[in-house]
Amino acid sequence: MRSTESNVTQSITQVIAASSLGTLIEWYDFYIFGSLAVIIGQQLFPSDAGASALINTLAIFAAGFIVRPFGALVFGRLGDLIGRKYTFLLTLVLMGGSTFLIGLIPSYSSIGYAAPVLVLILRLVQGLALGGEYGGAATYVAEHAPVGRRGFFTSWIQTTATLGLFLSLGVIVLTKNILGAKNFADWGWRIPFLVSILLVVVSIYIRMKMHESPVFSKLKAEGKVSANPLKESFQKKANFKMVLVALFGATMGQGVVWYTGQFYAQSFLENTCKLDFNESRYILLWAIVFATPFFVIFGSWSDKVGRKWIMLVGMLLGVICYRPIYQYFLDATNVKEMEKTMLLSQSEPVVERGLVPDKADSLITTTVTKTLTNGMTFKESKVEVITEDVLAEVPAVETVIKDVTLSQSSYVVIILLVFFQVVLVTMVYGPIAAFLVELFPTQIRYTSMSLPYHIGNGVFGGLVPFIATLIASFQGSTPLSGLWYPIGIAALSFIIGAVYIDNRRDENVMD
Amino acid sequence: MSGLKKILGLLWIALGPVIILFLFIQAADKIAAATEGIARTNTTLQWAIIILIFIPICTGLVIFGYYAWKGEYDHLPESSEEL
Repeated sequence: MRSTESNVTQSITQVIAASSLGTLIEWYDFYIFGSLAVIIGQQLFPSDAGASALINTLAIFAAGFIVRPFGALVFGRLGDLIGRKYTFLLTLVLMGGSTFLIGLIPSYSSIGYAAPVLVLILRLVQGLALGGEYGGAATYVAEHAPVGRRGFFTSWIQTTATLGLFLSLGVIVLTKNILGAKNFADWGWRIPFLVSILLVVVSIYIRMKMHESPVFSKLKAEGKVSANPLKESFQKKANFKMVLVALFGATMGQGVVWYTGQFYAQSFLENTCKLDFNESRYILLWAIVFATPFFVIFGSWSDKVGRKWIMLVGMLLGVICYRPIYQYFLDATNVKEMEKTMLLSQSEPVVERGLVPDKADSLITTTVTKTLTNGMTFKESKVEVITEDVLAEVPAVETVIKDVTLSQSSYVVIILLVFFQVVLVTMVYGPIAAFLVELFPTQIRYTSMSLPYHIGNGVFGGLVPFIATLIASFQGSTPLSGLWYPIGIAALSFIIGAVYIDNRRDENVMD
Repeated sequence: MSGLKKILGLLWIALGPVIILFLFIQAADKIAAATEGIARTNTTLQWAIIILIFIPICTGLVIFGYYAWKGEYDHLPESSEEL
């Protein structure tokens, strides 16, 4: 009785704060891996692996996303059986533990291929934990939220994914700036993973003080808890068809818009446009800072005008705008073309000599730093291989552009373009928790809403960096070819959502 | 609108197998035609993973199309009692 009273009196603000903090930390844990993909690739794979190291690292990153739906099933079932509170306490421990351990894994040079295998296993645990976390937090907040304000209150949970990404980028940039590039690449990249354990301990402490969801408590008191939520969600046609429409008409498109705007944009700027490590991250950080309030704005607006069209317009704008935006990224960083007419100065060449890994051949890298009249700078390295075998074919000299820094005007425009993409993310993502919660009944809500959410985000969204990079590596493809994946998925989801989804707001989630 | 939902249902039923076929053709093409440099980024394993992931999703799309064609989405439930 006393417990029921305290459930009622627990303020919605406390509920949101406690739920959001844990979810934010889980997103932080999940995203530091992606934000450090290039460095982790160098640590986990042979030093001569080149592009395949990045793609394999992105594949390990994607593996964490792919198992999210299984986490949703396992922990969603637990959440519908034993309650929301204890389930997402468990996911928090799993996530924090696996992230901490990734920071301790020795590199490829120490333990060979055991390094990527161990990281893959831990990444899978991370994915399972996150799969269980989000649905619980969204359900928990939605079940506490007053009628007519569910979009507003759940949108705070929606900010956590972006703020988790922001936190991960911030910790990475800060650590790198303190340690210097070399120390960071050697061992400093582990610090953001190790820091996670402190954040998780704080969050567990806060969550231990939370009460069970009043809706679930009522259900439990009445003895109406589902005996088999998995069976009820997916074997009952009426529920299963809602899971399908939620996936294909909403979360699938939402997932690719999310990961294009907040992940592929930064990956594209760093790896395709060769932007400086810090600069590509600062751009995303600024964009996130300015765009994050829009989660709450669109979540709140969806309480008034409905969830459907806000989400679908976000998808449609993505379909229309992605190619022109990324074309601008390429044009604004095409330093080889600009150099022809705008070269202001170049530094003295710096020559580094080394050996080709696993071979006796010598490697000579000559690097010059060039400055253009518009203020842009970049490094141009000529990599030459000197073979021991005099009869061997002389390899061509390879020219590599890296560490491009932008002119003031391009920097501002690119921040605005990434900001625009993050605003699209807020449109598709701000109202979606309320949309999913309202679609399913309490008994099977955790299980039913988690699955389409995590297939949409984990599989369709999480694969954006991997598949887009893979498509762009095909023969005959252009750097923009990878965009066809998110554009195609978002377009398909827009059509299905426009035709099959209602623009209603279900006032009653107590059923 | 109900008519459109049903007609599009047939499209979704067809789209599922078409996507899988497209992925198989792409996989065979890219793995076979890959040159030395590209071969390392287009391995059989990577394509097998992609196909393995998308087969159940495309199956779901076919089921979704079938439900749409049968008129299951003509009226979406407005309360949990209808589920």
